[in-house]
Amino acid sequence: MPRSYKSQKNEMLQGTLDMLILRTLITGPAHGHTIAHVIERTSDEVLQVEQGSLYPALHRLEDRGWVSSYWGASENNRKAKFYKLTPAGRKQLLAETSRWRQLVGAIGRVLGEAQG
Amino acid sequence: MRLSRFFHRRDHDANLAQELDAHLQHEADDYIAQGFSQEEATRLARVKLGSTTRVREDVWQWNSLAFEGILRDLSYSARTLLRTPGFAIMAIVVMALGIGANTALFSVVHSVLLKPLPFADPDRLVMLYERSVDTNYPFNIIAPGVYAEWKKDAKSFQSMAIFGSGSYNLSGDSGQLPERIEAVRASADFFPTLGIKPAYGRVFDSSDDQPQAEATVVLSWGLWKRRFGGNPSIIGTKILLNGSRYTVIGIMPAWFAYPDVQTEVWTGFHREIPPKDLTALDNHSFNAIARLKPGVSLEQALSEIDNISRHLREQYGANLPAISLGANLRLLLEDVIHDFKTPLYVLLAATDCVLLIACLNVANLLIARATTRRKEVAIRAALGGSRWRLLREQLSETLLLCAAGGSLGLVLAYFAVRWLVGVRQDIAREEAIRMDWVAIVFTVGTTLLSALLAGLIPAFSTSGKASLLALQESSRSHTGAQGKTRLRKLLLSLEVALTVVLLIAAGLLLKSYEKLRSSDMGCVTDNVLTMRLSLPETKYAETAQRAAFFEELLRRLRSLPGASFAALVNVVPGQGYGGDNIVTIPEHPPVPPGQVQIARRRFADPGYFAALEIPLVHGRIFTDQERVERADKVVISQLLARDFFPNEDPIGKHLVVDLNLDGHPRPYEVVGIVGDTRYHISEPPQPMMYFSMSSGVSRRAVIVLRSHQDVNALAIPAQQVVESLDKDLPVAYVLTLNQLIGASTIEASFTSTLILAFATLSLILASVGLYGVLSYLVEQRTSEIGVRIALGAQRDQVLRLMLFDGLRPALIGLVIGLLAGAAASQLIRRMLYGVRPLDTATFIAVAVVLVAVATFSCLVPAWHASRLDPMRALRVE
Repeated sequence: MPRSYKSQKNEMLQGTLDMLILRTLITGPAHGHTIAHVIERTSDEVLQVEQGSLYPALHRLEDRGWVSSYWGASENNRKAKFYKLTPAGRKQLLAETSRWRQLVGAIGRVLGEAQG
Repeated sequence: MRLSRFFHRRDHDANLAQELDAHLQHEADDYIAQGFSQEEATRLARVKLGSTTRVREDVWQWNSLAFEGILRDLSYSARTLLRTPGFAIMAIVVMALGIGANTALFSVVHSVLLKPLPFADPDRLVMLYERSVDTNYPFNIIAPGVYAEWKKDAKSFQSMAIFGSGSYNLSGDSGQLPERIEAVRASADFFPTLGIKPAYGRVFDSSDDQPQAEATVVLSWGLWKRRFGGNPSIIGTKILLNGSRYTVIGIMPAWFAYPDVQTEVWTGFHREIPPKDLTALDNHSFNAIARLKPGVSLEQALSEIDNISRHLREQYGANLPAISLGANLRLLLEDVIHDFKTPLYVLLAATDCVLLIACLNVANLLIARATTRRKEVAIRAALGGSRWRLLREQLSETLLLCAAGGSLGLVLAYFAVRWLVGVRQDIAREEAIRMDWVAIVFTVGTTLLSALLAGLIPAFSTSGKASLLALQESSRSHTGAQGKTRLRKLLLSLEVALTVVLLIAAGLLLKSYEKLRSSDMGCVTDNVLTMRLSLPETKYAETAQRAAFFEELLRRLRSLPGASFAALVNVVPGQGYGGDNIVTIPEHPPVPPGQVQIARRRFADPGYFAALEIPLVHGRIFTDQERVERADKVVISQLLARDFFPNEDPIGKHLVVDLNLDGHPRPYEVVGIVGDTRYHISEPPQPMMYFSMSSGVSRRAVIVLRSHQDVNALAIPAQQVVESLDKDLPVAYVLTLNQLIGASTIEASFTSTLILAFATLSLILASVGLYGVLSYLVEQRTSEIGVRIALGAQRDQVLRLMLFDGLRPALIGLVIGLLAGAAASQLIRRMLYGVRPLDTATFIAVAVVLVAVATFSCLVPAWHASRLDPMRALRVE
């Protein structure tokens, strides 16, 4: 069953990829390749972005108005599509972050109690 | 938002492709920086990203709309169907016929039987009746005296109204042609009880509904448009009815047609009917409607008026033997549609059968096709086509077929309803029949249901296991197809069973109709022309005036060239009830209390019996001299002689009858006995007595003309004769006697013809189904048959084998159908005339027809099988 094997390895909680993308863009506009690398690097390679799902995710975020895009030249002087955080996206990131913190806290408490 | 994405998804896709390309280059750049070769770097980058097509497909799908998948299914189905146009056309036509017939009948049933009457709170409106003393008529029309008692004492009703039908001669002041119009004389409560307001003007109030009141009239919309040009200023002016002036006070709305569409004017009941006629407790000649008080049940209301009637019977029954036993009532809607309920529901059920057969046939065709496409389906299933996907495809195919059939059926239904309304003017509420949105919704529902039925039956036969088998199956074996064959045979048996039920119903109804048409009226009916007239009271007040008019009319009619016979009678055979009287015989001891002798009353001129060849059995007929005051002779029918004068000679005895209904019965001497005639074609003859037309008692007359040539040619000359006598006297209902009698058999002819058409259609569908299944079976077993023949099987053995294989489902269906038909025939019992529901001849005939048709449709494929060349059959594989 190859599919479940893969999902065991680096399944991200639903919606977390969106949050991580938004978080990455807070430092400034970036293109898809950079976004994937930044997420992997800042997580010390723990989180592996499945590149196949990155682009549909970006597409979705743009559709919801949380990011905007433009074509520009990359650091390697190649043509690339850059994504930029919109004010709505910034708000969404704040909301998502606090929701995430709550969730992590709650899970932690549950695990803590279960251990104690 | 989604829609804009949907329309721009091509641009989006190009954009995404570029973006992914850029990603790959960046990734490759990284790998090159790590020291990989250009080629290797590109390869690694591709591996890491995975399938770009997959990403693009995901986004593409996300940009798509939900119905797109369905559209794709439908276009795929359309292409599949176009590849087999014969199948598609056949299925569509079959569905169109099924759905069309069903929708048309549903429209009629809905408009006539189910829609509430267009009156205020129609479920509180009831029609009141009396239960007749001879118990033959539990819903008999009412006597005005009884009505008065109900009205006075009953507490269950908010209002109650009495009315009676009649007719007027409408004539013009300035030489317009006079015409006879149907009228209703209604009490002032009539319109308020129905809750109806006029379109213009007003209706009667209690001051108009008085014996001494000024004459007033309410016009129907149709008469107002037709005769008075639709001018509202007619209100307040006077028109001539029966030679008297009536002030027009109101015009009813166009849709209002109560009690029937023929009614063209309404006049005040108490103004028109003399007060002396309104006290009788035993003169049953009027109708009554009433509105229940809110919250009062039908049972409560019934028991209340029934008690009043029973009380009257106890009090006056001894002196008035015809007074009713009790009262009765039913909902007004129930009353209006009563006669049409069974035939219409039977027709609707027949169309349901046709539709079901159509569905089964389409399902059968689909199974046959599914079998030829079995491998294709199996391969697609193996390649990952989900079962749901395949099922959806199949359903979308039947949906397409049924939708096309349904749309075509809707058009068919539209014309069918128009045709039906044209043919059946006699159906109650015929003016209300139309296809409305309910019918459209019904059609859509029927279409979807049919699609589901026709699509799911074959879909269940393509189970996952079967598709696996289809792949493994070597072409030589045919085991995998056996389940499907069994299903097809089952469907066929059902089809045949339904067909048999329809055939039985058609057979019984047709036989009834034949019996009805051939029933002996007791007189000549060919080449007889009839037309009706009625002498107005104002101009012909005296009996002598009327007698003189009729005698002069007859004299002039007899001299018409081409008329071999001319006669006058008040009601011709087949025209209907025509009035009756209580008869006492002074030569006999009084009949026991509670019993009465009632006979139909007719007025005829002496030449009438010869004109219609009603035989004189005994004695003589009255003479021309026995007129007016001296018209004291009576001629009786054989049935009256047998019933009232058993074992004695009635000649010279007397009948005492109150012909004028003035409370003074007079004796009439029996001078002759004539043959029996029927007053209605489907009713047995009744005791009948004939008085002389020259008594002048009857104001109505039917002119009867007989000719050796085309009798219709006498219509105009006869009307001119009437006009020459009185230019304001209209003639109505110019009909041949056969037309007049035929009008009362239209119901039987219509229903039986339609059911026969449905049964024939079903028979064709079933035989096509039989042919299809057996052909398929033969094809499946080609190699087996080849082997059999090669091994020495005789060809007629093969023929017999295949024939029985095909006939078995038909025979099973026949048995089921005969049983179901026996049950169904009980349901149409009331529509049968002179035929028992379990008429053996009909059942045998149906069985023979079915076996013959089934054998014929199986013979061709079976014959093919027996002619197989074994070498070629074996080489096929």
